[in-house]
Amino acid sequence: MTTPTTDPSPEPAAERRSWLRDHSELGVCVLLLALGVLVLADALTMDVDLTQRGPVGPRTVPVVVGAGLLVVAALLAVDVLRGGRGQAETGEDVDLSEPADWRTVLLLAGVFLGAAVLIDPFGFPVAGALLFWGAAFALGSRRFDRDPLIAAVVSLVTYAVFDNLLGVPLPGGPLMGVL
Amino acid sequence: MNALTSLLDGFGTALTPLNLLWAAVGVLLGTAIGVLPGIGPAMAVALLLPVTYGLDPTGAFIMFAGIYYGAMFGGSTTSILLNTPGESAAVVAAMEGNPMAKSGRGAQALAAAAIGHFAGGMVGTVLLVALAPTVAELAVDIGAPDYFALMVLAFIAVTSVLGSSRIRGLASLLIGLTIGLVGLDRMTGQQRLTFGSLQLADGIDVVIVAVGLFAIGEALWVAAHLRRRPPEPIPVGRPWLGRADVRRTWKSWARGPFIGFPFGAIPAGGAEIPTFLSYVTEKRLSKHKDEWGKGAIEGVAGPESAASASAAGTLVSMLTLGLPTTAVAAVMLAAFQQYGIQPGPLLFEREPDLVWGLIASLFVGMVLLLALNLPLAPVWAKLLRVPRPYLYAGILFFAAVGAYAVGGEVIDLVILLLIGLVGFGMRRYGLPVLPAVIGVILGPAAEQQLRRALQISDGSVTGLVDTPFSVTVYAVVVLLLAWPLVRRALPRGRSGS
Repeated sequence: MTTPTTDPSPEPAAERRSWLRDHSELGVCVLLLALGVLVLADALTMDVDLTQRGPVGPRTVPVVVGAGLLVVAALLAVDVLRGGRGQAETGEDVDLSEPADWRTVLLLAGVFLGAAVLIDPFGFPVAGALLFWGAAFALGSRRFDRDPLIAAVVSLVTYAVFDNLLGVPLPGGPLMGVL
Repeated sequence: MNALTSLLDGFGTALTPLNLLWAAVGVLLGTAIGVLPGIGPAMAVALLLPVTYGLDPTGAFIMFAGIYYGAMFGGSTTSILLNTPGESAAVVAAMEGNPMAKSGRGAQALAAAAIGHFAGGMVGTVLLVALAPTVAELAVDIGAPDYFALMVLAFIAVTSVLGSSRIRGLASLLIGLTIGLVGLDRMTGQQRLTFGSLQLADGIDVVIVAVGLFAIGEALWVAAHLRRRPPEPIPVGRPWLGRADVRRTWKSWARGPFIGFPFGAIPAGGAEIPTFLSYVTEKRLSKHKDEWGKGAIEGVAGPESAASASAAGTLVSMLTLGLPTTAVAAVMLAAFQQYGIQPGPLLFEREPDLVWGLIASLFVGMVLLLALNLPLAPVWAKLLRVPRPYLYAGILFFAAVGAYAVGGEVIDLVILLLIGLVGFGMRRYGLPVLPAVIGVILGPAAEQQLRRALQISDGSVTGLVDTPFSVTVYAVVVLLLAWPLVRRALPRGRSGS
């Protein structure tokens, strides 16, 4: 114990990582800051000479909002550094005792984007069924007999109800052309 | 008297077979969606928006009224039988309702809640009928500075009264205001935050923001933290109340509305505060103090009645002033805007059929709700067992339907997902969602009123405070802002003296 720390590098690195994890909310501050800069930049580069009517032009409110974002980013950073924490939302099916499952979130986002791309070429019933099945799969359902069937029924019934009964047109795509 | 004849006309509108059908469909859908775990009233209304796109405005809002009340009732069923409410107004229902269900009195708890909703909704709607036309008449004369003041009040109220952290509420509000800025400036046609994109020049549709924040954000958030084993609902039979229970609860049902309605009507609303106040009041007045915490039926009846009345109160400020104070009212305002209808003092003059049809259908909806929900409760309880992958897949699916049906554009789905991811982040870091939605909806209107007011006063800021009304409203705003400081100073002052 006479030599306190001979090699100090690994510990502070780990410490820094856990400090960052504890203060990950600072990322929100960074995002708010970036958003504020974006809004301000957009407002200040606006060409208002011709369109200005009345004492308040289209620029004023964005400038106020942008400045507000910068102030809030700073205040939130102070709050976080002082130990303030935003409380994560709870709910019936939410279990906060385990770390976030990022794989599921990314899978869901991917499935959602994929379905969005498929709507135009294949029509809503197909894209919707794939969205439902894909999302159920991402959420851990592995019933390969039941899942696709439920997805197809949900999607077809929704399409039929919206298109025929409720008068909300959705694209049928080639499949509905055949049927 | 005038209100009564208008209301009778409203019943004429609401009781046509087709509109009656929409009301019944609304109540059933609203209850079914509201019962589903993880879906609160706001998400239910947002998800069901597209169902009404093809209807005429009157039919659509009659259906909405049913969805609103149905979803609120469904939410309390969930908290009584599952005990982990996702929606803040239903927290109180779980405090006594769940112990009741656990000790085998679930049927009575559900009946107390259902009748409480009915009683609170009835009294609340009667008060709405009595008050709304008067408020609208008074508000007809208010001008741009007054409107701006009211909107500032709404902004401050949603950021500082609700939620635990003001700074996070404010951050959420500013995010919403920023989204509201996207598009062409309404007064000059100047492009703002569009980055040259034609799609963005139209602005981001409020419906997409609401569905993205409430539905996609929630689904992704739950997906990241999905319980391995969902909580087991308590089985329940057909709701009924014995004579002894009725004797205990009727006063609670009657008291609830008078606590709930005022809180709903002022723009500091939401059902959180009044349900809690009602709970405390009932506890103090109860003759069965030993039962509290173990399942006192008054603790279900009073707060549920207060919650329902506060929902009716919310409609006063929403319909007469165009000010939404709760998430559901915000989504309903977005729906009004979809039809090109601007709620406000002139609504009662311009669209009397629609408004009075809507109000009359609130009464119809509540009767339907009581008639359907008491016998159907065991069926609703079955919905609590829906496999969670299907539930959240379904939420994503219907959110996509809703966003796509707005304009038939794939880009809307991409924007929906992005806003959903923002909603995810907000849930992770405790930023409340409601201020953002209010910001998107009221932001553009507030800017317009501000600029109009300053145009009239020729740029002088005093033009914003030159009416007694606006000065009063700003005084309330200052009070709201100063309240935490005052509260911090109070105990110190007491101990010093």
